[in-house]
Amino acid sequence: MDKIRIIARLDIKGPNVIKGIRYDGLRVMGKPDEMAGIYYEQGADEVLYIDTVASLYERNNLTDIVRKAATHIFIPMTVGGGIRSVEDAQKLLHSGADKVAINTAAVKRPELITEIATALGSQAVVVSLQVKRMSGGKWEIYIDCGREKTGIDVLYWVKKVEDLGAGEILVTSVDMDGTGEGFETELIRKVVESVSIPVIASGGAKTPEDIGGVIRDAGVDAVAVASMLHYGRFTIAEIKEILGRNSIAAVRH
Amino acid sequence: MKQVKIINYFYGNIFSVAKAFEYFGCNVTIGNCPDEFKDADYIVLPGVGAFGEGIRRLQEQNLIMPALDFIKKGKPFLGICLGMQLLFTCSEEFGVHKGLNIIPGTVKRLIEQPGTKIPNIGWNSIDIPEGRDHAFWGDSILRGISPGKDMYFVHSYAPYPEKDKYWLSRTPYGSDWFCSSTRKDNVYGCQFHPEKSGKTGLKIIENFLKL
Repeated sequence: MDKIRIIARLDIKGPNVIKGIRYDGLRVMGKPDEMAGIYYEQGADEVLYIDTVASLYERNNLTDIVRKAATHIFIPMTVGGGIRSVEDAQKLLHSGADKVAINTAAVKRPELITEIATALGSQAVVVSLQVKRMSGGKWEIYIDCGREKTGIDVLYWVKKVEDLGAGEILVTSVDMDGTGEGFETELIRKVVESVSIPVIASGGAKTPEDIGGVIRDAGVDAVAVASMLHYGRFTIAEIKEILGRNSIAAVRH
Repeated sequence: MKQVKIINYFYGNIFSVAKAFEYFGCNVTIGNCPDEFKDADYIVLPGVGAFGEGIRRLQEQNLIMPALDFIKKGKPFLGICLGMQLLFTCSEEFGVHKGLNIIPGTVKRLIEQPGTKIPNIGWNSIDIPEGRDHAFWGDSILRGISPGKDMYFVHSYAPYPEKDKYWLSRTPYGSDWFCSSTRKDNVYGCQFHPEKSGKTGLKIIENFLKL
């Protein structure tokens, strides 16, 4: 059994790390390279960079960020935002990234998942989901920073992306993101039950106990943490220590 | 300044490997020109992908003899991931393929069990082989590392050296163990990615540079 990974998530807008509540009211948190360096020192198991506006403006500024990070951060790096082709993905992997995360482009052209998985391996493809709750106990996929509805049912989509060759699934609950009100555990549990690939939970954690809860109750392989770290509420070392006390084995560096 | 040569015979994330060696102030060259092997103090053989394809590309680019010559001189050589697997006698990946045969042993597919996945991707511990104690790591690239530290793996196959003495560390996979690092004289191999395994991975690279 692999150890539980704690992933430092950095949402990027232009030169800054930003964070909002439900993808809204974005505030500048700091510089990507500096913040990623701090989380690496704290014992992060992975860094996740998401360019929040890349898909809106059809550009990609993450190559420079990851190249710089690769000089001093020696853990796996996942990069998402604005990746539309195998070439985009390849360029990032040649710049020090280990995986790419795709959302909008995968919804618009699902074959992209298979194309990247074939060229670079499934382990390099993370499909990122922005999810909002609907009535009747269902959830819907959103794109373009949680702004655009797609009408796609989450549990249908996750099975499809697994079949297309995704290596991992990142589930972000737009409803909970940045709120500190806890994870959308039922959604995440249903995603975990629907697929056999690893699932990363994101959005809503306030305390390490919330993280322990989603690991225990939803069975995720990893948790991506943002606000809790950015606002200095807990360090990654503290999160791991508390998980350890609750008999959850996190990665030991 | 220490001269490190990274053999670029294959597509892959060599950038991070180079950065890890540069982190320790080495002069790193990446390439597939055999002439450059002579100037190197250390050679690193990285690699991802299939074994047969890897060995074919090394052959095609006339890289095998220069690599073996370098090793014969007693200089430090490190294989990472597929680069480690290529050091062994043969592999069973997509048919049987001969390897560099520097270390006797076979590369085999991991045996899938309940609760395990292939490819095996993620963090897993490196431990001291059965019947050995911590002193076994004392003069190796694992010097000063506590057993049980987690390293980052991305693989479906793993080497199984014939002789116990070539098992430098072992790693659990389900109820089995595979060889996660190997040593024969000046030749080392890691199945994990030291350049992606945080501080412990860096320590291994630093130790290698002290050989």
